[in-house]
Amino acid sequence: MQLIEERLRSLMLPSLAGDAAAYRIFLDELAAHLRSYLRRRLSGLPDEVEDLLQELLLAVHNKRHTYDPKQPLTAWVQAIARYKLVDLLRRRSRGDMLTDPLDEDDQVFATTANDAAEAQYDVTKLLRGLPDRQRLPIIYVKIEGASVTDTAVRTGMSESAVKVGIHRGLRALAERIRRI
Amino acid sequence: MKTEDLVSFLSTGAETVDLRLPSRRWLLALAGGALIAFLLTAGLLKLNPALWHETSKPMFWVRESYCAVLGVLGFITVVRLARPGLRLGLAPMGIPVAVIAMWVLAVVTLVTASPQTRTRLILGHTAGVCPFLIALVAAPLLIALLWVMRSLAPTRLRWAGAASGFTAGSIGALVYTLHCPELAAPFLGIWYLLGMLIPTAVGAWLGPRLLRW
Repeated sequence: MQLIEERLRSLMLPSLAGDAAAYRIFLDELAAHLRSYLRRRLSGLPDEVEDLLQELLLAVHNKRHTYDPKQPLTAWVQAIARYKLVDLLRRRSRGDMLTDPLDEDDQVFATTANDAAEAQYDVTKLLRGLPDRQRLPIIYVKIEGASVTDTAVRTGMSESAVKVGIHRGLRALAERIRRI
Repeated sequence: MKTEDLVSFLSTGAETVDLRLPSRRWLLALAGGALIAFLLTAGLLKLNPALWHETSKPMFWVRESYCAVLGVLGFITVVRLARPGLRLGLAPMGIPVAVIAMWVLAVVTLVTASPQTRTRLILGHTAGVCPFLIALVAAPLLIALLWVMRSLAPTRLRWAGAASGFTAGSIGALVYTLHCPELAAPFLGIWYLLGMLIPTAVGAWLGPRLLRW
């Protein structure tokens, strides 16, 4: 547990400072932990595992400004995972599908699972419903890998509008996924 | 969609994250909410003309500290509830302690007062309106705190809403003291507390409705 904490923190802190490569490794490793956790918790809803996993990763991304570097990262992730899991079950009104009650003992970071399935929705398809000022910055920066500066030139938006558009667009995506 | 594609989507072009953003938003909400609360108090209710004179009475400062201490304890709780996985610590437990301290002072005041003045110590001159006026003054603070809470990540929504309401109520009460002529401990222990509990209840109701993410 201590090792996982140190490993993930050593990736998260540079990620917060803008290191995209560290951030990708962080999300990859986090996904393996979360997938295994969700499979245990959602053994009655196997089709939901990859969907909720992606929703969780999007939540971690959208809410990463609420992580306090003084606090254990694993506790932060664990609280988000438990919140999203309860939220999903409430939305499905199927609290009975939970294998057993959510207890504090079941650790997100007990095991990992790398055998990914596919989620039923596609974030890139959900993008189509967003307004241009959010959709275009996301397509250029997040999918095509263009810089914020180039995107600003291509769209005629200011750089800060591009950043705001990405930020709001990802929040809107999370909201759409939650409502599916 | 494959999860590895989502990971690559999220990490591509990831920007630096401003970790001081939550604190800045909280301060902005407190300052903005308190300013509107003050304008409501000064404009709609009028400031207490005897305010300056009352600052020489010890009970004036007891009243100010009561509201301020509850506001600070509430605010610490709010800030912690907005971040996933943080322990709440001792601040929430300080709230009943401060309230009970005021009740003890109220009982002492009532016991030592002459019987014919006791009703006045409890009801003052404004008991009927005080809780509602505090709730009114607290409203802009509640809106501001919930607005910031929404941009963060509370995981206990009802508690997050209630704590926002209580903090708004206590700071609202502190602003309301600029208008309110009441200084008796029994009055503060009952009607001020009720005034703080109205936004607390509203916040607890709104929490699960407004704060989902």
